[in-house]
Amino acid sequence: MTGRTLLDKIWDQHVVEDLGEGVQLLHVDRHLMHELSGHRGQLELRKRGIRMRDPGLTIGSMDHVVSTAPGAKGGNAAWADKMIDTFRTESRQAGVKVYDIGQDGQGIVHVVGPELGFTLPGVTLLCGDSHTCTHGALGALAWGIGTSELTHVLATQTIVQQKPKTMRARFDGQPARGVTAKDLILALIGKIGTAGGVGCAVEYAGEAIRGLDMEGRLTVCNLSIELGAKIGMIAPDGKTYDYLKGRRHAPAGALWDQALAHWQTLPSDAGARFDIEHSIDCSALAPQITWGTSPEDVIGVDGKVPGNKPEALAYMGLTAGQPIAGTRVERVFIGSCTNSRLPDLRAAAAIVRGRKAAKHVKAWVVPGSWRIKQDAEAEGLHQIFLAAGFEWREAGCSMCVGANGDLVEPLARCVSTSNRNFVGRQGPQARTHLASPEMAAAAAIAGEIVDVRQFLN
Amino acid sequence: MEKFTTLSAVAAPFLQKNVDTDFIIRVERCTGTPKEQLGNYAFEMARFLPGGAENPEFVFNQPRYRGARIMVCGEFFGTGSSREMAVWAIAGMGVRCLIAPSYGQIFFSNCFQNGVLPITLPAATVEALAREAAAPEAKPFTVDLERQTINGSVRFEIGARRKKMLLEGLDEIGLTLALEPKIAAFQAADRKRRPWIYPA
Repeated sequence: MTGRTLLDKIWDQHVVEDLGEGVQLLHVDRHLMHELSGHRGQLELRKRGIRMRDPGLTIGSMDHVVSTAPGAKGGNAAWADKMIDTFRTESRQAGVKVYDIGQDGQGIVHVVGPELGFTLPGVTLLCGDSHTCTHGALGALAWGIGTSELTHVLATQTIVQQKPKTMRARFDGQPARGVTAKDLILALIGKIGTAGGVGCAVEYAGEAIRGLDMEGRLTVCNLSIELGAKIGMIAPDGKTYDYLKGRRHAPAGALWDQALAHWQTLPSDAGARFDIEHSIDCSALAPQITWGTSPEDVIGVDGKVPGNKPEALAYMGLTAGQPIAGTRVERVFIGSCTNSRLPDLRAAAAIVRGRKAAKHVKAWVVPGSWRIKQDAEAEGLHQIFLAAGFEWREAGCSMCVGANGDLVEPLARCVSTSNRNFVGRQGPQARTHLASPEMAAAAAIAGEIVDVRQFLN
Repeated sequence: MEKFTTLSAVAAPFLQKNVDTDFIIRVERCTGTPKEQLGNYAFEMARFLPGGAENPEFVFNQPRYRGARIMVCGEFFGTGSSREMAVWAIAGMGVRCLIAPSYGQIFFSNCFQNGVLPITLPAATVEALAREAAAPEAKPFTVDLERQTINGSVRFEIGARRKKMLLEGLDEIGLTLALEPKIAAFQAADRKRRPWIYPA
């Protein structure tokens, strides 16, 4: 018998019913809700007159439409407050625990799921958000769903699903200084394209992945959907267990021991075969930055803008052949479910310390959760950013998606630690360059796209 | 859900690659716009000029493609965000069938939840259909789900379960609710295997 993959093992443990032709009904162990997609599912359930089946297996947080203005305590408009209130009320009536604005536990769902120990190895975890693939970093089988499937989960605690193909992406060698988890995954997207992972669950492996902390692994898995794969995973190991132990929703005592023994059986077997294999030599990578309107439009910061997508260049206001470094920027956004965790903020602060943002740059730091904000402040990171002229804001999705009105101005150029540089993603005519927190911090100081390695000494 | 059996309608060629769901429907339309009005905002960044006038070059604004109910799309249509409003917006314009080489996976699932048929065909076949749709003498396309054909000759594949759900207009939640005893049995057994999953 050939070896089994992490995906095979978790998948098989969740089959409630075989529906034929490879389609199966799977149990959903964990469901995360946020106000924007969550409230719509709740209202649909109410309309159908169905009761939520397992409120104890769902938690909620407020992230998409909350205001991130310093000191804010709600939405930034009346409609947002109404949505937040609907979500709060419906959740209370259903018996769902919600980590509300101003509470420990509130933040971007893909940040607080792991932070609270709600995300665990071996679970199926769904959320009405495409970046749910993030949770695979802990060895969970996690993906994003639309409103109808979300309503299905609320009603039945299951999902109908066809088993995906498997892809393994190996990251070999050790990345150089200034090359981060974000650069590894952007390099893979650049290599195989945004459709490279369609129909696949991707398992990230190799020396460089093992070397990442949990936060770095979350960054890698977060961009799986930008690879076309709605599922990304990393086998759990000692780092995963150390990260989880003692967290609020993680098992404790005898249950911890029992869970740990189970989790240790999950990693792919040595002989496991994958449908597709890719590898990246990390030792050869420069810090990455996108130049176009798809995450696959990515180059090393020491590279030149290619000429193969004239429409993207026109939108971005760039010329084929120009070096990407030296391009003037007006906005910098450090945040999002990709890069807003404490090590991200520490790394950005290390670049910013003792320096000032360029006068023409408006730079924001938006911590991923209430807890990260408190912890960062306890370390004094906020003082470093504030002294450099950055804004230090409240936790939320903010300028990654702009649902709360946090937008980049038309034609303004933004170096962003988020995950999508689509046309209009950060606002009509906004020009987004995706990069690591270190690269974003360096761009804020220099006032232009710059190789962060110049700031390391 | 509205049944999908056969559809004879104008097909609009729209071969742009990597059309993302942010482009199909902007996020600010996902926050409070009623579902039935989303069609007014589908593709708004391309469909309207700054100032609000229609962009005459956008395919759906050309007189021959107004009322198109089939779209022939480029590779990786519907990539990006999970927002189901992207499907609601397209359906709101009257479109019930998409033909493309590949789709964003979450968007693809969302189509079936809303009675929209996303047909996957090789890129060369899609391009040929797009040329047909763009030809001056183009005729309406006929999509026959039962026979799995376009215009009687181009065959497409679809899973049996999804086909049945579209043909009969079945609701997935209703079907799964009927499996409740199986779900309860799974949980009862699983509680013994993995007790840490369930609240005490």
